Amino acid sequence: MKRANERTIVFENEAYITQGASIAGQKEGEGPYGDTFDQIIEDDLLGTETWEKAESELLKRTVLRCIEKSGKTKTDVDVFLAGDLNAQIISSGFAARDLGIPFLGMYGACSTMIESILTGAVFVASGAFHTVVCAASSHFCTAERQFRTPLELGTQRPPSAQWTATAAGACMVEKEKSAIEIKSGTLGRVIDLKIKDPAHMGAAMAPAVADTLFRHLTDTKKSIRDFDKIITGDLGKYGLGILKEIVKEKLGEEADDIFFDCGENLYQDNQDVHAGGSGCGCIAGLLSGHILKEMKKGKYRKLLILGSGAMMSVTSSLQGESIPSVSYAISLERCIDGIVS
Amino acid sequence: MELSVEIIKAFLVGGAICCIGQALIMYTNLTTARILVAFVVSGVILTAVGIYKPLVDFAGAGATVPLTGFGYSLAAGVQKTVDEIGFLGVFTGGIQNTAAGITVAVFFSLINALIFKPKAK
Repeated sequence: MKRANERTIVFENEAYITQGASIAGQKEGEGPYGDTFDQIIEDDLLGTETWEKAESELLKRTVLRCIEKSGKTKTDVDVFLAGDLNAQIISSGFAARDLGIPFLGMYGACSTMIESILTGAVFVASGAFHTVVCAASSHFCTAERQFRTPLELGTQRPPSAQWTATAAGACMVEKEKSAIEIKSGTLGRVIDLKIKDPAHMGAAMAPAVADTLFRHLTDTKKSIRDFDKIITGDLGKYGLGILKEIVKEKLGEEADDIFFDCGENLYQDNQDVHAGGSGCGCIAGLLSGHILKEMKKGKYRKLLILGSGAMMSVTSSLQGESIPSVSYAISLERCIDGIVS
Repeated sequence: MELSVEIIKAFLVGGAICCIGQALIMYTNLTTARILVAFVVSGVILTAVGIYKPLVDFAGAGATVPLTGFGYSLAAGVQKTVDEIGFLGVFTGGIQNTAAGITVAVFFSLINALIFKPKAK
């Protein structure tokens, strides 16, 4: 691998996504991509006593499913990279405890999955490790407690609220040639346009996505049209609109049909989720399930995946801080026998 | 007055106060916690300037049940206790008058938490 310009790592047939698994909740199961998940859980508590324990169980099961599908065992996995939205990423930490795989906690808010895969790709490309599992999770109930109010309080959600997805995704990243190659990845810078309103998270994150997108295109000498789709995490309708405007202004071309936002598409309009889906599980769940499947089928051959995360907390907001955001990009290509097809 | 008229007045006034709350949720960025606090404080202020008591007389439970009514209880309690015992009433009057409401809220919240489990919406 080598670095292109400042922030892009180019992999030379050194990193592949060899397997993926995703599990989601009932609401996600009733959405347009409900049948693309490996499993839809019926009980939001997954048989545990608290929401936090449930989310950890959700993440653990998703990782085990990914490992199971690959035909490997836990001991074959060298590193486990994962993160979530809970304070001190306890969902991931406790899942790692149960899994017993060497663990590096990741945090990029809703961009955690892409950050994990990017890091995992570097691990395997370096030759130091062979098999890495990259994962992320989110759960509606833990996010409510974490960022707004606990469910027990029974408060009303405003129309502008996003719905944190109850979902987890896990991808196995290896140096072994397989159908989905990680071609390159671009690191993000934390961008802050002084937006303070958590109800406009999309507006806060769109500039960071644009920054990483343009950086990736410049570093890899590509254009937007080189990709079948450019997939974003949870910008939502409003945030995606802002991104398209920035792209149009800077690149001079309309690219309406190229973008696909996971958060906007996770739920149907009639599911009353107000402003769309959000959370690590949005992009983690759809990437590890639906998107990998479409690539294997040949429907998508070249994709650019941009995760975005708002690096704020309740404390920072209460202290009057704005919402800084970061975005990571990975470029995936479908290849058969090592040839892109 | 007839009971039905009393009921209609109560629901119209109570409903109107709730509509204000709904408008705040839908059209402002105020969190629900801030809206509730604003209601209590508004109740206190409106009582202090003499507007809320006539509303209570007019609409009964329609004015006392919404959270502005709690502010009214706090303020009215202070007024009453200050009249009775003087300056110390500023500190004791509010809680004394709302003691029943607060205790009921705490007690039934506890019972709810013990009996029921929350679910995702």
